[in-house]
Amino acid sequence: MKSDSIDSDSKEHRQSNSQKLYWQANLRLLFKLLAVWFFVSFGCGIVFADWLDQFSIAGFKLGFWFSQQGAIYVFVILIFVYSKQMKVLDRQFGLENQDDAGQTHENPKS
Amino acid sequence: MSTQLLTYLFVGASFALYIGIAIWSRAGSTKDFYIAGGGVHPVINGMATAADWMSAASFISMAGIISFIGRDGSVYLLGWTGGYVLLALLLAPYLRKFGRFTVPDFIGERYYSQAARIVAVVCLIFVSFTYVAGQMRGVGIVFSRFLEVEVSTGVIIGMAVVFMYAVLGGMKGITYTQVAQYCVLIFAYMVPAIFISIMITGNPIPQLGFGSEVIDGSGLSVLEKLDGVLLELGFSSYTAGTKSTIDVFAITAALMFGTAGLPHVLVRFFTVPKVSDARLSAGYALVFIAILYTTAPAVASFARINLVDTVHNTAYADAPEWFGNWEATELVAWQDKNNDGLMQYGPGSALSPAKPQFDGETGVYGERLLKNQPTESINEIYIDPDIIVLANPEIAGLPGWVIALVAAGGVAAALSTAAGLLLVISSAISHDLLKQTLLPKITEKQELLFARVAAAVAVCIAGLFGIYPPAFVAQVVAFAFGLAAASLFPALLLGIFSKRANKEGAISGMLVGLVFTFTYIAYFKFLAPHLNNSEYWLWGISPEGIGSIGMILNFAFAITISRLTSQPPESVQKLVDNIRVPSGPGAPSQH
Repeated sequence: MKSDSIDSDSKEHRQSNSQKLYWQANLRLLFKLLAVWFFVSFGCGIVFADWLDQFSIAGFKLGFWFSQQGAIYVFVILIFVYSKQMKVLDRQFGLENQDDAGQTHENPKS
Repeated sequence: MSTQLLTYLFVGASFALYIGIAIWSRAGSTKDFYIAGGGVHPVINGMATAADWMSAASFISMAGIISFIGRDGSVYLLGWTGGYVLLALLLAPYLRKFGRFTVPDFIGERYYSQAARIVAVVCLIFVSFTYVAGQMRGVGIVFSRFLEVEVSTGVIIGMAVVFMYAVLGGMKGITYTQVAQYCVLIFAYMVPAIFISIMITGNPIPQLGFGSEVIDGSGLSVLEKLDGVLLELGFSSYTAGTKSTIDVFAITAALMFGTAGLPHVLVRFFTVPKVSDARLSAGYALVFIAILYTTAPAVASFARINLVDTVHNTAYADAPEWFGNWEATELVAWQDKNNDGLMQYGPGSALSPAKPQFDGETGVYGERLLKNQPTESINEIYIDPDIIVLANPEIAGLPGWVIALVAAGGVAAALSTAAGLLLVISSAISHDLLKQTLLPKITEKQELLFARVAAAVAVCIAGLFGIYPPAFVAQVVAFAFGLAAASLFPALLLGIFSKRANKEGAISGMLVGLVFTFTYIAYFKFLAPHLNNSEYWLWGISPEGIGSIGMILNFAFAITISRLTSQPPESVQKLVDNIRVPSGPGAPSQH
């Protein structure tokens, strides 16, 4: 795209600006999800666990449940939410799904 | 058919399957060998990652450890799953975009320094070898109990199988065998868990079962009953922890960040076709892992109840058959301290020294006699936590084929992880040490040959570890995580998220993290083990958790020194910009 004559500078500028926005949006999403990650594991599973134990869920003390079950379920959900949201973000910024362009070898799909 | 015959059949059939896959998926290029050609479907990769990740420690040891320490065992559950969130959000997609072969590759390029690459190789080899030694012990235990062969014969058979598919197939062979191994191990783990859950609670879902009521008419839930029984015997309550909050916090953090920094797991995400696949694949990996990890605490509590029910105050003469079976492997022992012929179970170590030393004689009830001195404790029983999962089907009285299945599962878990570790060791040597550093002129064919030779040598070394296990193996496996957290994780994270991070910062950070963590562990575990208690620990943090402090030191040094020295060159800043977006080519290919 650089070879594109006069407005190459502004184009590159636009592109890097959009990359910046993309990166910031990515970071915002990361912070949100990591806050949840921290809250369920280190929060509910460890620091507030003793306090949570006064409540109970399905026969478990709540703090105990978070540390041996609940946090793990939330972890799984977090990764899928991230994957999905990033797909949306990639599409928004036109950065999606380019198949392995860096590699020169054949690229069998399975 | 006898249980032993069934076990030979199951283990033999699984080996035949792995070798068949190895022959079918031979590697033709270095790309095949290092990253399976880069075309692995995200679900397949997720499954392979799960098998790669779940080692003999997860399959054999973890439920047993939780069974004996209850609430405190949560550190393993949280630590070894929470790390995947970090992996998926902070590392995997960017490393995939970078798109080269190994983890030191990334560190070497990003920090434009062969020295950084070599430091990363050293960290990787250190972490991976401590880890692989533990796997071989797992193979040895399974073979000696279930197939009644010498441990060394078992290890040699296991090594021969890994040799076949790791050396021939490289990452490509490993990927598809790991998929098969995942299926074997998860089936083997779930079948007894479901049976036992039904037996104890009537609920077929173990994850719900251990909160459900026990069907003995007491109206108590499994955990309530367990708390009650254990308190009565003088143990602390199962659902209350005994470790300090700061230590639990530190251990969990070290395991989480260590998981995200483990090279053999990271490299799996180099094998998927796209960046978005790397994100998704980490999610699938965690689903496959979570199936076992949410079942393990249930198995742990069922096993503990079963154990107390079947063993405590039972006459040795009436002891269940499994007790004698496992006595033969020296993983359980009984010393009749009060000469009543009954086996008393209670808190504290039954023997001094804690591990049983049999003198080869048998006592009046037919028990194997010990050379150990009795301790003050009323406890007369020694149980190695490792047998909980392996003996669980016997303890619960399940049929022979379930026992055979568990044996095949244990071997699958150990072999899949061993293969993954051996591969990152061999590629670090052939690719990073030879091709990129010492012998840059070698052709791809030669590099592939070196990779195979390195894998073969690594297999043999791992085999030796299995046959002559160094006494410290069991202790160091957990430390592989602390070391990975303190050395590799910060360098990877800063490499992606900070453009300012430069080689001076990264190298000093990695070295400080590694040396600090290693010294602290070596001091308390080997130099002054008698001081290894919370009174002498730094801020009450045990050697298991010290990796998190090492990691903070690493970050502090890396960030400060990067600020004080010159910026990384323009080309590296461009590289960082490049890996932050999912589209477009990755790092320039140079092979």
